[in-house]
Amino acid sequence: MTKPLLELKDVVLKVNRNTPEEIMILDHLNLTINAGDFITVLGSNGAGKSTLFNAIGGDLSIDSGQILLNGKDIAHESVEKRTRFLARVFQDPKLGTAPRMNVAENLLLAESRGQHRGLRPRHLNKQLDRYRELTATMHNGLDSRLTTATGNLSGGQRQALSFLMATLKRPEILLLDEHTAALDPQTSQDLMHLTNERVQQEKLTCLMITHHLEDALTYGNRLIVLHHGQVTFDVAGEAKAALTTEKLYSFFADIE
Amino acid sequence: MSLMVSAIGQGLLWAVLGVGLFLTFRILDFADMTVEGTFPLGAATAVAAISNGMNPILATLLAFIAGAAAGLITGLLYTKGHIPILLAGILVMTACYSVNLRIMSGRSNVSLLGKETLFKSHFLASLPHYFDSVVLGAGVMIIVTTLVIYFLQTELGQGFIATGDNQTMARSLGINTDNMKIMGLMVSNGLIAFGGALVAQNNGYADVNMGIGIIVIALASIIIGEVAFGDLTLNQRLVAVTLGSILYRFVLLIVLKLGFNATDLNLVSSVVLALCMMLPVFKNVLNFKHILKRGLDTND
Repeated sequence: MTKPLLELKDVVLKVNRNTPEEIMILDHLNLTINAGDFITVLGSNGAGKSTLFNAIGGDLSIDSGQILLNGKDIAHESVEKRTRFLARVFQDPKLGTAPRMNVAENLLLAESRGQHRGLRPRHLNKQLDRYRELTATMHNGLDSRLTTATGNLSGGQRQALSFLMATLKRPEILLLDEHTAALDPQTSQDLMHLTNERVQQEKLTCLMITHHLEDALTYGNRLIVLHHGQVTFDVAGEAKAALTTEKLYSFFADIE
Repeated sequence: MSLMVSAIGQGLLWAVLGVGLFLTFRILDFADMTVEGTFPLGAATAVAAISNGMNPILATLLAFIAGAAAGLITGLLYTKGHIPILLAGILVMTACYSVNLRIMSGRSNVSLLGKETLFKSHFLASLPHYFDSVVLGAGVMIIVTTLVIYFLQTELGQGFIATGDNQTMARSLGINTDNMKIMGLMVSNGLIAFGGALVAQNNGYADVNMGIGIIVIALASIIIGEVAFGDLTLNQRLVAVTLGSILYRFVLLIVLKLGFNATDLNLVSSVVLALCMMLPVFKNVLNFKHILKRGLDTND
């Protein structure tokens, strides 16, 4: 009943092409993502996790292979075009919001992600009540700061807003690149709970990079490990539920 | 009195440069040197067109198009050619110098003596001395500022602001940031050339060297407006540009009264602008705010 939503077939991505420093970051990587998957992505530094996200997002062009969305090859579509189905939250809270624009303006921008923007008035005031209700679900005071420039928010609030913006217009695929890593432990945990809640509620298909083994085990229905640009470990469902941090540590010790 | 009216008139006529530069300098957040070439480009285009019998209104609009074309080239060099914006602007500015001489048939100065201009329309010519530029400048600024404010509140305008504010985010929301930068450079340089056409008609000539220091003058209206009026919303800041432009003319008037020559004005402009831009530093060092507050506080 589950059908593949996104398939990466034999994807190769090199940097410093045609120079002596040429490195293959993604090495004939294969990955099939089913609709509704919540996949946690583990891997050491340089394993290709962020590069995988950039290949899916279109920031980096792949050298060979295919990226299929619902069976259609999107490997050569621009970053802008891919935002119609794709939303991202970055690790750095500064990257996810426009600092001089206020919270409501940021939300309005996110609401037309991937859509044509024309010379129609933006009609921000009509949305304020809805945005207030929406931000109230984050339980971090964002709802009382709708007209505050996001540059004046705390890192936690900015990151929660970034997450809200990414899910405001339902993405077919949500990419979370260590989106709680820059926050203090408590704020990080709060955002992780919210993330899980929303992904479950909206039945989002989501990939989440993390260095927290506990988070990787606690959340999601599937866990993959990247190593040297390939998926070396891929467990789902009950097999994933049976994993422990000890087993993961010993697995990492084995592949190094 | 007539000096004051003249200063207000000049301030209003030159204010369109400030609004044009605001789009790149404040919103896209970079300094576009192209304007030093597009200001005389607009002047040359309008003067040449009027000399060839074109209606002054059409000639002024043609100047806008010429400026936008120059902005398009800067934009393409910057976004598609990956040339740093400062250099891309300087390249187009330098190229404009030759183009301007071509437009003016190789002469460095072309007069509009005896030709129709916007200022010779029936209504403007009937006004007292200097009031023509006040009325025309005010009319232009009301229209231009209203259009820019409207544009910035549209969906496209919001995408434009986001591009200057956070490019990574803008791209991740599907905004084509290259197109936004090109559009901003086109409108900005179009407005600067439009200003060049107005000033040339007001002066009665176009000069190939009239672009020198234009970026400083345009920046001065932006910065003086901001310094004078403090914390403002985006829309208010756009209006403040016009007021800043008028204040700047008053500063020049005072400087001339102090005995400086007109040829010293570029030096004075730079000093005024540098001082205004360093104000935040002085404020910290001298604790200005504290002193000002104490002076106003009755309980102190």
